[in-house]
Amino acid sequence: MTALTQAAPTQAKQRAQRRHMSDGALVRLFIFPTLIILILWNVFPLFYSLYLSFTRYSVIANRAPEWIGFSNYTAILSRPTFWQSFATTGVYALLSVGLQTVLGFSLAMLLRQKFKGSGFITTLTLIPMMLSPVVVGMFWKLIYNPSYGIFNFLLNPTNPRLATDMLANPVSAMLAVVIVDVWMWTPFVMLLCLSGLNAIPDYLYEAAAIDRASAWFQFRRITLPQVAPLLLIAVLFRTIEAIKAFDLMMGLTGGGPGKSTETVSIALYRLAFSGQFNTGQASALAYIVLIIIICISNVYIRYLNKLRGE
Amino acid sequence: MSQIALHHISKHFKDITALDDVSFTIQNGEFFVLLGPTGAGKTTTLRVIAGLERQSEGDILFDGQSMNGVPPAERDIAFVFQQYSLYPTMSVYDNLAFPLRSPMRRTPEIEIKPRVEKAAELLRIQHLLERKTARLSGGEMQRVSIGRAIVRNPRIFLMDEPLSNLDAKLRESLRVELKHIQKTQTSTTLFVTHDQIEALTMADRIGVLREGKLIQVGTPTDIYDRPATTFVAQLVGTPRINLHKAFRENGTLHVQESTVQLPAPSGSLPAEFMLGIRPEDVLIAPDGALSGEVVLVEPLGVETVIHLRAGAQTFICVVSGISHYRLGDQVRFDVIRERLHYFDSNGQRLAL
Repeated sequence: MTALTQAAPTQAKQRAQRRHMSDGALVRLFIFPTLIILILWNVFPLFYSLYLSFTRYSVIANRAPEWIGFSNYTAILSRPTFWQSFATTGVYALLSVGLQTVLGFSLAMLLRQKFKGSGFITTLTLIPMMLSPVVVGMFWKLIYNPSYGIFNFLLNPTNPRLATDMLANPVSAMLAVVIVDVWMWTPFVMLLCLSGLNAIPDYLYEAAAIDRASAWFQFRRITLPQVAPLLLIAVLFRTIEAIKAFDLMMGLTGGGPGKSTETVSIALYRLAFSGQFNTGQASALAYIVLIIIICISNVYIRYLNKLRGE
Repeated sequence: MSQIALHHISKHFKDITALDDVSFTIQNGEFFVLLGPTGAGKTTTLRVIAGLERQSEGDILFDGQSMNGVPPAERDIAFVFQQYSLYPTMSVYDNLAFPLRSPMRRTPEIEIKPRVEKAAELLRIQHLLERKTARLSGGEMQRVSIGRAIVRNPRIFLMDEPLSNLDAKLRESLRVELKHIQKTQTSTTLFVTHDQIEALTMADRIGVLREGKLIQVGTPTDIYDRPATTFVAQLVGTPRINLHKAFRENGTLHVQESTVQLPAPSGSLPAEFMLGIRPEDVLIAPDGALSGEVVLVEPLGVETVIHLRAGAQTFICVVSGISHYRLGDQVRFDVIRERLHYFDSNGQRLAL
């Protein structure tokens, strides 16, 4: 009994102290857990992998990393297969981002006109974007299946087996992956363009109509400049994602046939995990990709700032 | 330049009637101002004339020629929007030159240059010609929009509250410039505003709109001195007209709940009516027939607005310069009897 009655006031006192915690202490209390997780999972691996990229090291070998300077970088940059994977990534990024931009912008122009059910249709078109890339890869694999997939049936309804096996031929496999990526991410570009289009005030078009401007002028001088910043952001996001593309290929082709759809990310994955476990070189490759992405982003952002500055 | 006529124009938006049987004619070279509060249908009228909106009923005639169904581009009009509708990626020069360069007009570049420069000179924006429009201030942008209208010679200028987004000083100077430009170019202009000062100072004629109906059309003097309704009387003039219920008894006018009594005018007045007295027609005079107490003094510099209480009613009067009257002063005053306004119980002006 006495212990209890003594405990009660101290608890109350503690509670009172907590209630009087300073703002700074409260801020730290909220920030620290996140900060610790961020350091452990993001900041530390970032710098540790930078260090590893200059060493000979494998995670499965029981040996300490051995400093070898830029050897990993020179090894990667002098190996033709990696240049091949860079080229594959470039082709893939160019094709899919290009198509997404054109299609997304066109769709946005169409959906900009309000009609009955336009809101519903807009929502419907966004669905592919919400799915997981691996799932999308899996079911498009079924769609592309030469014996029972609907894709080949649509190409050649009378005898689907005569149509190309999309995933078996190097050129068509790349095309197949691009089609899926376009299917999945065109809505994203469309959404950003649509919000840009909707923000253009009507009176600009009315002024142009009174000034007898042609439709091309209205598009070129009003629509495009007003949407450009948002369109560019969409393109930037999609380019970064395309350069990192991994899960879609893994689900669809696994990089094949041959190395025809092996992007840098898949090459990186092979180097780091499947069989080779060459952690040092994989880290170096990852940094090369990072530098490329930063360079490309910078070009975009410069251009974006130039657009906004005017 | 043209004569523009509206015949029985009505415009309905779903179940809202924006314009209700509006008819008026703008003469060639006239500066016509549409005045009315927000939502009166002023902008709709402009948009119908421009062809941006199709009227539900009625006809629009340009020089007697029907414009019904003619698209805006073919009406040969110039429109200045309330928002500065400039083409964002083009320079001021290109914005001004744009209406001339249109594929339907195809003015040669040698001809464009002097016209753009003349417009820029009129609006004092020559130094901005090379600038991108995004780098302009609000006043400069609106000058460029007006410039884009005056570079060519349209049949009519339509201006939708072009000054309302500007600060007071700028508005005043641009108002003077606009009137000057209009007079030197004798361009037919329809100017829309909710600001009675803009209307009175710039207009050759004013049309007063209220809830889609055209209530009165006349010169600023007509509108000010012979307002057709109490609404018009209250809309124009600052400070506002003194408007009080009054009744007639044995040849005397009594302002209700007030000590103010006046000899009744000759002419037939109903027993009860509204009496309107412009503030400048209330004169403070030592030998005035009426008396009141000073309850508020608003010195404006050029003039001083004095609120006089006579009975339960307050009368506003204006004296020039700074006045020496203090709160609580008992003063005597008179009203100019020839300039009283009488309205019936529906607010319609009574002609005596």
